[in-house]
Amino acid sequence: MEVQVRDESRADGGDDILVPFEDVREHLVVVGNGMAGCRAVEELLARDAGRYRVTIFGAEPYVNYNRIMLSPVLAGEKAFDDIVINDAAWYADNGIELIAGDPVTAIDRAAKTVTSKGGRAIGYDKLLIATGSDPFIIPVPGKDLPGVISFRDMKDVDTMLAAADAGGDAVVIGGGLLGLEAAHGLTLRGMKVTVIHLMDTLMERQLDEAAGWLLKTALEARGQTILTGANTAEIYGEGKVEGVRLKDGRDIPASLVVMAVGIRPSTALAKEAGLDVARGIKVDDHMVTSDPDVLAVGECVEHDGNVYGLVAPLWDMCRSLADGLTDQHSGYRGSVTSTKLKVAGLDVFSAGDFSGGDGCEDIVLRDASRGVYKRVVVKDDRIVGAVLYGDTADGGWYFDLLRKGEDIADMRDLLIFGQAFAAGGGALDPKAAVAALSDDAEICGCNGVSKGQVVACIAAGNGSLDAVRGSCKASASCGQCTGLVENLLALTLGDDVASGPKTMCKCTSFTHDDVRREIVAQDMRSIPEVMQKLHWMTPDGCSSCRPALNYYLLCALPGDYQDDQQSRFVNERMHANIQKDGTYSVVPRMWGGLTNPRELRAIADVVEKYDAPMVKVTGGQRLDIFGIKKEDLPAVWADLNAAGMVSGHAYGKSLRTVKTCVGSEWCRFGTQDSTGLGVKIERMTWGSWMPHKFKIAASGCPRNCAEATIKDFGVVCVDSGYELHVGGNGGIHVRATDLLCKVATEQEALDYCAAFIQLYREEARYLERTAPWIERVGVEYIKQRIVEDDAGREALRARFLHSQSFSQDDPWAERAAGQHAELHQHLQPIAIAAE
Amino acid sequence: MTDWIDIGTLADIPQRGARTLQLPGEKEIAVFRTSDDHVFALVNECPHKKGPLSQGIVHGHAVACPLHNWTIALRTGEAQGNDEGCTPTIAVKRDGDRILIARPDALKAAA
Ligand code: SRM
Ligand SMILES: Cc1cc2nc3c(=O)[nH]c(=O)nc-3n(C[C@H](O)[C@H](O)[C@H](O)COP(=O)(O)OP(=O)(O)OC[C@H]3O[C@@H](n4cnc5c(N)ncnc54)[C@H](O)[C@@H]3O)c2cc1C
Ligand code: SF4
Ligand code: FES
Repeated sequence: MEVQVRDESRADGGDDILVPFEDVREHLVVVGNGMAGCRAVEELLARDAGRYRVTIFGAEPYVNYNRIMLSPVLAGEKAFDDIVINDAAWYADNGIELIAGDPVTAIDRAAKTVTSKGGRAIGYDKLLIATGSDPFIIPVPGKDLPGVISFRDMKDVDTMLAAADAGGDAVVIGGGLLGLEAAHGLTLRGMKVTVIHLMDTLMERQLDEAAGWLLKTALEARGQTILTGANTAEIYGEGKVEGVRLKDGRDIPASLVVMAVGIRPSTALAKEAGLDVARGIKVDDHMVTSDPDVLAVGECVEHDGNVYGLVAPLWDMCRSLADGLTDQHSGYRGSVTSTKLKVAGLDVFSAGDFSGGDGCEDIVLRDASRGVYKRVVVKDDRIVGAVLYGDTADGGWYFDLLRKGEDIADMRDLLIFGQAFAAGGGALDPKAAVAALSDDAEICGCNGVSKGQVVACIAAGNGSLDAVRGSCKASASCGQCTGLVENLLALTLGDDVASGPKTMCKCTSFTHDDVRREIVAQDMRSIPEVMQKLHWMTPDGCSSCRPALNYYLLCALPGDYQDDQQSRFVNERMHANIQKDGTYSVVPRMWGGLTNPRELRAIADVVEKYDAPMVKVTGGQRLDIFGIKKEDLPAVWADLNAAGMVSGHAYGKSLRTVKTCVGSEWCRFGTQDSTGLGVKIERMTWGSWMPHKFKIAASGCPRNCAEATIKDFGVVCVDSGYELHVGGNGGIHVRATDLLCKVATEQEALDYCAAFIQLYREEARYLERTAPWIERVGVEYIKQRIVEDDAGREALRARFLHSQSFSQDDPWAERAAGQHAELHQHLQPIAIAAE
Repeated sequence: MTDWIDIGTLADIPQRGARTLQLPGEKEIAVFRTSDDHVFALVNECPHKKGPLSQGIVHGHAVACPLHNWTIALRTGEAQGNDEGCTPTIAVKRDGDRILIARPDALKAAA
């Protein structure tokens, strides 16, 4: 048998090589001239160069090149020739036949032959499938338009370079590693790039929310537009791509669309040949498929349930494969992967399972000024995962500790500071480590405070963290060095350290007031931003800080802040009160306690139509419909809306009810129109979010039938005007109101009310009702702000009304119209699969 | 051999949230998605007083029950801290974007 082989690679025209006629060695045919296929051959040659006669088929018309380096080629840092791994001479020197540019189209396992597109049929003794992966193309209209490409091979890079030369806008779909690399390269080549990412966090497989947010911020600073939580509806264009339309209707013009939404193991060939294929081609520890003469390696395989998408595990596979082919059975045992990457020039690292979970503890360090985030996940005194952003120097060390399963109990407290610190000097006790620092060692980087200065400050009588912060400013800014300062306090004072004010929750060392102040001072705009800048010690907070942060941001940025539904307590997410049996109660607003036949009829209809087991008059002067199933809520709301009723917010940390009495319209004692005033107040204040629930009442005379003196804001009408009362509540600790002042006109009563609410909204701590708030700050302070400072009161009132202009949308109407339908409907299983 | 039921895609479940699922003759199931896109399935009942866990605030790999704020670990169903009790969990696996849960025994018998 004589075979003529041509190398059709671009790098070299390829002289024909004649394979000796009498070559009787076993014939190894490799399908796939990529990273794994060629590496496997290299490993084989290193072990036993003469053993097999080797033929490699490659679909791409090139010699073997380094796929990873396509990003630098796109970015203009390297040329194709720089990224070639094995040039034509390597194939020639090793007697390897390369058939490049001619993909294999079929395998006949019975006859032991492969057939190529170009019509070649070649027999094999051993076949190695190394076909890599196929880019996943999302099935949207327009996906086949010219100008829509993926990012996988040299051809794609050529297309991108040509597009960039023509200039214009590009859209990259997919905010994973590949997408961001493509976006970076295209930006450097002068295109205006928008990245569309389905998830809320970039690179969510490698990075947690916090690191993803940092990455997004950095890329935006470079001029890219990053749209997260964005779903592509279609790609449009006449004859070629002209833009992308999102499901929410946004339209982004583009002359190039790069789809980088993921890869799928390339298994079609193997599947058609009848090999065992699940997600990838199934292989054993020696990379042998279900057919003993067919092996597979690289991204196309599935080993022990895992498929890989990075090169490091492929190298391990190639070693085991070559061992097996040369009868030295080592066996592949799977790989723990770490990702240490420069994404668009920014350092990121992740390894192992950083998702946390049972028994896992997070050690988090955030350095806002340097843009650093580090998180090490520890379980049973062993590292199980790590995410690093900005400073990845210790990634290798963490990964090493992880892989070896080393016990880190002894250096736990210093682990997060990295190898130099934790392993240095044998000082494993954090106090000892701090004691060992020299006097001029810097403790607080933000304020440039040395250890000596902190110790002197403590010695001068500042015996608590807060006192130290107030005096020498150590730990007063970013808080990262809080642990160090606390250790210095303990070292200097022994056990007499005074405990500071209560922190917001266990996720942070800051108090509610600190957090609020910093949100405004640093103009923070999202929960992840607050967590990064204020050094949260957990990756995504807890059920007490998330709702508080959401409220603080909402209050600071009316109209701008995008509410985080998942940071809200169930009632505020479902816009109804959850009951002990998991059903909901529904309370429509009845302005000032007034109602009419139309509303009553609609409520009666709802009770019957949805089989509500109970309807009750509440203590807040309206009707409560009980026992509504979450699936029925949108329909119930639609019916109530149709009769003109809106949400009563009986569920919210928000304005609840405005109770009224009959007043001067009917009552023989009434001095003013308390009912009318109550309605006006409720129209002005409904829909506003507050630190806690907020109740108002207006009584027509000092008999006070509306119980105005146990409300957060109460009006008692008198002949000469309106007495305004604040800070009352019922409940367990009944507190009667303090008299704020007396005003002459209804308009003033409304204005003071708005100003008071805004002061409460801006200054009370989350979940602090007006009563405890006023006891804390003193009623004199409230009087000074609301009564004595006319300009200040006017400004507060204006801020409240501004904020209200964004919040008076009925949340029920939105849901009834179909928004967030998923919250009300069960998942629908689509198929029952057996395995 | 486990039977698996395809219940939808990752995108069907809000991040840091949950959806529910009702299989015939079975207790309601809550399917959670965490901030790092892990998916867990539990019977939708708090071990305390049967609060619907699907409605709680999801943080890390835990959920805070909406009724009395117990924290339940999503992987094991166990109450955290000083509280004691355990909610049954249901095996979940991912096939690309699709989410599959183990078919409960009772349904298997019926099939
Ligand atoms: C429905 C209602 C009872 C009724 O049938 O009359 C009610 C029901 C609840 N009240 Fe109330 N309160 C109701 C009027 C009151 C009143 C009377 C009033 O508003 O004039 C008070 C005393 C006044 C006050 O608030 O100061 C009142 C003081 C409380 C308290 C104690 C508040 C405090 O600061 O001490 C709580 C507990 C809490 O909020 O933390 C509470 C909490 C609750 C909750 C939300 C318990 C909960 O967290 O699930 C109940 C919800 C039941 C539901 O699903 O609807 N409810 N509750 C009343 C609804 C009024 C409305 O139309 O919106
Ligand atoms: C732009 C880019 C950047 C990357 N950066 C990194 C990184 O920083 N770190 C990292 O670890 N990984 C990175 N990767 C992933 C890495 O490149 C892959 O894991 C690796 O290339 C997989 O090797 P493979 O041999 O399995 O597949 P491939 O390298 O894709 O090789 C498969 C080859 O088989 C060919 N083929 C397919 N079907 C046939 C057929 N029927 N007949 C003949 N030939 C066929 C294909 O054309 C291809 O050339 C990156 C990937 C890309 C695209
Ligand atoms: S008094 Fe207690 S039981 Fe009655 S509604 Fe209020 S919270 Fe519920
Ligand atoms: S029912 Fe869950 S905490 Fe009470």
